[in-house]
Amino acid sequence: MLSDITFGQFYPTTSFVHKLDPRSKIILLIAYIVAVFIADNFWGLLAAFLFLCVAIAFSKVPVSAVIRSLKAIIFLALFTFILNILFYAPKEGDTVLFWRISKEGIITATFFASRLLLLVAGSSILTLTTTPVNITDGIESLLKPLTYIKVPVHVLALVMSIALRFIPTLADETDRIIRAQKARGADFESGNILSRVKAFIPVLIPLLISAFRRADELGNAMDARCYTDGKTRTKYKKLSFTARDLVSVILMAALITGIVFLNIYDPILF
Amino acid sequence: MQAIVFDGVSFFYKPSEENELPKLILNDLSLEVEKGAFIALLGKNGSGKSTCAKLINGLLTPTSGTVSVFGLPLSGENTDLFEIRSKVGMVFQNPDNQQIASIVEDDIAFGPENLGVPREEIGRRIDYALKVTDMEKFRYSQVARLSGGQKQRIAIAGALALNPEILILDESTSMLDPKGRREVTEVARNLNREKGMTVIDITHYMDEAAEADEIYVLDDGKLRKKGDPSEIFSDEEMLAETGLELPRASKLAKELRLQGLPLKKGILSKEELLEELCVSLRIK
Repeated sequence: MLSDITFGQFYPTTSFVHKLDPRSKIILLIAYIVAVFIADNFWGLLAAFLFLCVAIAFSKVPVSAVIRSLKAIIFLALFTFILNILFYAPKEGDTVLFWRISKEGIITATFFASRLLLLVAGSSILTLTTTPVNITDGIESLLKPLTYIKVPVHVLALVMSIALRFIPTLADETDRIIRAQKARGADFESGNILSRVKAFIPVLIPLLISAFRRADELGNAMDARCYTDGKTRTKYKKLSFTARDLVSVILMAALITGIVFLNIYDPILF
Repeated sequence: MQAIVFDGVSFFYKPSEENELPKLILNDLSLEVEKGAFIALLGKNGSGKSTCAKLINGLLTPTSGTVSVFGLPLSGENTDLFEIRSKVGMVFQNPDNQQIASIVEDDIAFGPENLGVPREEIGRRIDYALKVTDMEKFRYSQVARLSGGQKQRIAIAGALALNPEILILDESTSMLDPKGRREVTEVARNLNREKGMTVIDITHYMDEAAEADEIYVLDDGKLRKKGDPSEIFSDEEMLAETGLELPRASKLAKELRLQGLPLKKGILSKEELLEELCVSLRIK
């Protein structure tokens, strides 16, 4: 049950978006974020929204999964929405509805809130269609040029993938320790927040100790398998760009050009 | 040819307190392991079994004496630890603490990647290692989803990908259920029989040891006795002193003998016991 954590949000299926190279998905996401940020009117956001819809359709991920990922951010979106309405300083010529609330204020607030939702929905497509392991591989490969300025990219990526590898193991262990402490009469459910946090100390300490023991054993196992971070190391998994990646990049370029065009042209909506 | 030679090997950890005497873990140990042999290394906790294993692939260096693997000494100025480690595959005790990657295939690739093996060859080695350990259908599985026995077979596969000539199982079956234990020992036995792999099985399970070609008994950092299983398990005085038990079948045979059944000595396996019982009961 807990071992599902490693895969995070990943939605396993095969689709156009799933098959994209993780590197291009990361770059596309960055480009998408830039696109959403440079859009300064609703037409731009609409274009980004349409792009997002196409991406969701081609990823075969159910829309409900994307919406679920928005749940975490909905509160923040609402919060910025209200703040934006309240702190919008009405300029001359704005239609003030009452007090300091103006029509323009509501429009601006809606604009920022939808931008935020678009950003999160876009990022969720990356995590829904790419396993954390693949994201790590992608990041490692993208950061490779940094090795020239002596950044230990391979080591960082290894740290990341070992962390991912051990999440389910440690989650299982936490589960076991909690049950063991409960059997000894530990109480995790009652009391105020402070006492509940305190109740977790007897879980964290054994967990930490065992993590160190595991680290020691894993170190031995790695040494026994000739671990080196040296330059002679080869890589079995090879990432490769395909026609799919090219098509996606062209679409993204079209989106950005479109948004820039809409920024300049700006057909009056309201 | 000797696969492994220990020559007067002593080992101790530096004491933490200055005036404390270091505890000798291995005390002037000398032993040899023939290439292609299946050896069980027995001894109670603290007898130095695991230390031996770690000395064989250079995870530890002897305090004095020399260890050599296929004639290559493990200590000294110009030892190539990589070369030795790639000849000695090791599987450790805890099935959860040996895999580096989340996906089976990536994990097996870890060893050969370190050695700088070209991609295509790594692919071939993964194919081979998965086939030998009968884990082919788990190639793309998540390591965390596998059972203990499967994880240990993946650990064997990871060791095999180094193309080793010696396989050391360092209490690799001690955390497994009987089914997992059987799976793991079967893989090791097949490797020994079919590929001529030298296997050193460090274990607490006497039934497992009874199937080895030869048993080495360690006691207090010294080699107490070596011999074939029937020899070892008939030396009751030595067994009692080193804290070893009899295999289950031998234990049962001994009890039956005490009850007056005329069973021969040196029964080690269920099958042997069954045969003996049939014979002696028919006589009656």
